[in-house]
Amino acid sequence: MQWETVIGLEIHAQLSTQSKIFSASAIAFGAEPNTQASLIDLGMPGTLPVLNAEAVRMACKFGLAIDAHIAPQNVFARKNYFYPDLPKGYQTSQMDHPIVGKGFLDITLEDGSNKRIGITRAHLEEDAGKSLHEDFHGMSGIDLNRAGTPLLEIVSEPDIRSAKEAVAYVKAIHALVRYLGICDGNMAEGSLRCDCNVSVRPKGQAEFGTRAEIKNVNSFRFIEKAINHEVQRQIELIEDGGKVVQETRLYDPNKDQTRSMRSKEEANDYRYFPCPDLLPVVIEQSFLDQIRASLPELPVEKRARFQEQFGLSAYDANVLAASRELADYFEAVNGVCGDAKLAANWVMGELSSLLNKDNLEIEQSPVSAEQLGGMILRIKDNTISGKIAKMVFEALAAGEGTTADDVIEKKGLKQVTDSGAIESMLDEVLAANAEQVEQYRASDEAKRGKMFGFFVGQAMKASKGKANPGQVNQLLKNKLEG
Amino acid sequence: MALERSEVEKIAHLARLGLNESEIPRTTETLNNILGLIDQMQAVDTTAIEPLAHPLEATQRLRADVVTEENHRDAYQAIAPAVENGLYLVPKVIE
Amino acid sequence: MHRLTLAEIARALAAKQFSAEELTRELLTRIERLDPQLNSFISVTAELALGQAKAADARRAAGETGALLGAPIGHKDLFCTKDVLTSCGSKILTGFKAPYDATVVEKLASAGAVTLGKLNMDEFAMGSANESSHYGPVHNPWDLTRVPGGSSGGSAAAIAARLLPAATGTDTGGSIRQPAALTNLTGIKPTYGRVSRWGMIAYASSLDQGGPLARSAEDCALMLQAMAGFDPKDSTSVEQPVDDYLTALNQPLNGLRIGLPREYFGSGLDARIGEKVLAVVEELKKLGATIKDISLPNMQHAIPAYYVIAPAEASSNLSRFDGVRFGYRCENPVNLEDLYKRSRGEGFGAEVKRRIMVGTYALSAGYYDAYYLKAQKIRRLIKNDFVSAFDEVDVILGPTTPNLAWKLGEKNHDPVAAYLEDIYTITANLAGIPGLSMPAGFVDGLPVGVQLLAPYFQEGRLLNVAHQYQQVTDWHTQAPAGF
Repeated sequence: MQWETVIGLEIHAQLSTQSKIFSASAIAFGAEPNTQASLIDLGMPGTLPVLNAEAVRMACKFGLAIDAHIAPQNVFARKNYFYPDLPKGYQTSQMDHPIVGKGFLDITLEDGSNKRIGITRAHLEEDAGKSLHEDFHGMSGIDLNRAGTPLLEIVSEPDIRSAKEAVAYVKAIHALVRYLGICDGNMAEGSLRCDCNVSVRPKGQAEFGTRAEIKNVNSFRFIEKAINHEVQRQIELIEDGGKVVQETRLYDPNKDQTRSMRSKEEANDYRYFPCPDLLPVVIEQSFLDQIRASLPELPVEKRARFQEQFGLSAYDANVLAASRELADYFEAVNGVCGDAKLAANWVMGELSSLLNKDNLEIEQSPVSAEQLGGMILRIKDNTISGKIAKMVFEALAAGEGTTADDVIEKKGLKQVTDSGAIESMLDEVLAANAEQVEQYRASDEAKRGKMFGFFVGQAMKASKGKANPGQVNQLLKNKLEG
Repeated sequence: MALERSEVEKIAHLARLGLNESEIPRTTETLNNILGLIDQMQAVDTTAIEPLAHPLEATQRLRADVVTEENHRDAYQAIAPAVENGLYLVPKVIE
Repeated sequence: MHRLTLAEIARALAAKQFSAEELTRELLTRIERLDPQLNSFISVTAELALGQAKAADARRAAGETGALLGAPIGHKDLFCTKDVLTSCGSKILTGFKAPYDATVVEKLASAGAVTLGKLNMDEFAMGSANESSHYGPVHNPWDLTRVPGGSSGGSAAAIAARLLPAATGTDTGGSIRQPAALTNLTGIKPTYGRVSRWGMIAYASSLDQGGPLARSAEDCALMLQAMAGFDPKDSTSVEQPVDDYLTALNQPLNGLRIGLPREYFGSGLDARIGEKVLAVVEELKKLGATIKDISLPNMQHAIPAYYVIAPAEASSNLSRFDGVRFGYRCENPVNLEDLYKRSRGEGFGAEVKRRIMVGTYALSAGYYDAYYLKAQKIRRLIKNDFVSAFDEVDVILGPTTPNLAWKLGEKNHDPVAAYLEDIYTITANLAGIPGLSMPAGFVDGLPVGVQLLAPYFQEGRLLNVAHQYQQVTDWHTQAPAGF
């Protein structure tokens, strides 16, 4: 049977405020346990929450960026359940009246096509603490530093049809929240976490199958693997005559499998009700107008502009617009060299592999946008060839010169464009390979093509790569044919 | 509607209240008396009436995003039943 | 000294008739001698009190003045007091020395008040008799075999027995007004949001409100003046200036329109109480008030609605008592569920468990609309009743309680019967309006209270009416025999 996968994602983005959503504690990652847990965060009797204005502003910013409806009032509700990392015995969240209503996000798939993913809602809530399971005489240790960190839970429609689409969507959300400056997107530290609701149904069937929820998948790679594994598990289960049960599962990256989470099974009656310690939050239109006016260019807009303004392909535009920093770098390179295609090729090619190799972010690039742009200028004005440019680039990366010109000068890499000099060099090459010259001249058109390459190679080698390749081609052709 | 013993046990579980076997019949009886009192509400016509969550119907005030809390872990943990290395201890959490 | 009101103490301290330290020592001795009969204190904070009294004397010597500078008070034991046991009358808060001061505690302390101790109460403020405290029942000084009312029963008994001139209380469904009525005191529940709830351990967040109990309206005005005010730490606190309650006291009552809701005088009211209430009305007429019969047609629905909303909020508010970060933890829990169930099962008393279960049920899947939402709709009907009534009258007057103080143990067996005792008081909590109870005489030697209700933020008006009444009557100055 042909199966179709249906995926909906719940993404929890920690908002990059200074303080917690309901208390004035810091939210820095990695602090000593419970040193950032105030009376409020500890759920001490008699304490009360007061809402952080910045969390509200950030949520609205997100809402506007996904073209969502933002209701004039939103309401906090309590989600009641007992868990040691939940100090009050309830999570302050939003239920019937979330801050951000229905919106959408357009994502670009690997083939360059676009797909619109519906976003059901996004709501504000507080994060829980952490249970540490190292052995404290058979006990668990509870650290409440994270409790009360503001979260924006972004719930997608079940519009996603494959693990790859899911990854593209999460990447798009990741790019968006970073563009907006509302979340640092650090998945390793849990700043962006993803719950995947996965089901399968026979192709063509309208109703959804029973879904399983995979909790807390924390990297793009694991999202893809976890979903693919879960889809496979469900299909095999159904084909063997079994039934998918609605449950919460945990992905184990070490074993590459999902397993049922016993502890969450019965937590199904959360007794939501409006939090009586908080009042309805009013969002004024003027407040939204202000935010809208301050929104940066968003990934979707940037992508379109890159295609239109620079003539980049959909794929290139998508890669370059994936993060604001990368896009800014690209635009700076282009600003210096005035050649968007060359700039895009160098940023996505040599620069990306350099960064990947050393595991660096674009902000940490050893080659600045000015340096790279300056170097591309030298390719364009024929001072260096593309091949020599790679040497220049490596030298810049190694700090062997302050500018491309500096490196070219120091290393004597300037391209030879004097026809006389090239011709005499070619004469030497042809003389040293007289036998091949004979063969060439005896061959037919089809064979000559390949052999021509051999002479070009020899010529470039002889010039240590510095001879202008265009001139070498032209002059060589003249000499061989003539 | 009267609660059965099994429902009382379910509610007690949701609320994480340990009930002694001997408490259950009496608890069931009193809960049913209270629910009887509460059920008098159902006779009231509340068509087109908006629920009232807060008497003053005020709106939420927002706090400036500033960190003012300092670390008082030692003082806060001095009243905790079980702590070690700055962590609150509980019986092992199984996920 | 112990018979003096706060106002009298203020004058005596200002005139240097005695020092705050002398007064504090005298009252501490009196508490030690007399409280064993009453059980009104959970903790006596002698050391703290003497320190505060000495500091108050020093402040006065340095030229500072202030009505509460050196005034001895007590706090209901649900106001957090730093490094002092704050028990809520519950076993589950065993060992809970609060790590901070409630806003009310802080405000009164900075006004110079001296805290003599923490006062007994119904466990988590759930009760009308002060019999549900883990620290044992409180006895009514007017008859030691009777209840003092609740849940601020310790506050009421201590003031009535002249162990203290004034104390804090909280009122979720009548917990200031009802014990004030049963012990011959004046007590005021302010408008919801007038007094900060920061540090006041929650029973039902949308109904709870702190306020004072004292032996006169004037003393309540002195206390409330210090307690009230906007608090940025409480989102439900109201950002509005506090009226001058002391100035308000002296307004004449000429032209005051008093409404008598017919629903307050129906069956269920002890007729002898009804007579006393009408006698108060006659007295107020003499002072220039006019009387109008009014109706609050939804009053009868208040109890069912209250017993959904309050337990629902409580069931969630009390989830934090889990034996992990503070308070009571059961012995040797075998697993997490055992830790929760036994800590809470052993730590909470029967009435608290009952209300948690009612609230849990009312909020659980499938019942939310039928219970919680329905109750909130009725809540609006009740508010609307008051809004219409206050179009016609300035204050509403009626009995505070349907019955006199009952015998200890008399209503223990039947929670529903006990709930009905709140009939006249809980509507003010549901609507959020201010309410006051003041002494109106005695029946069989037991105090009777009359209740006054006013529109939002008209605490000054309530205190004014009570004060004017107390200028021409002396019920409020009567002390129980032996105290």
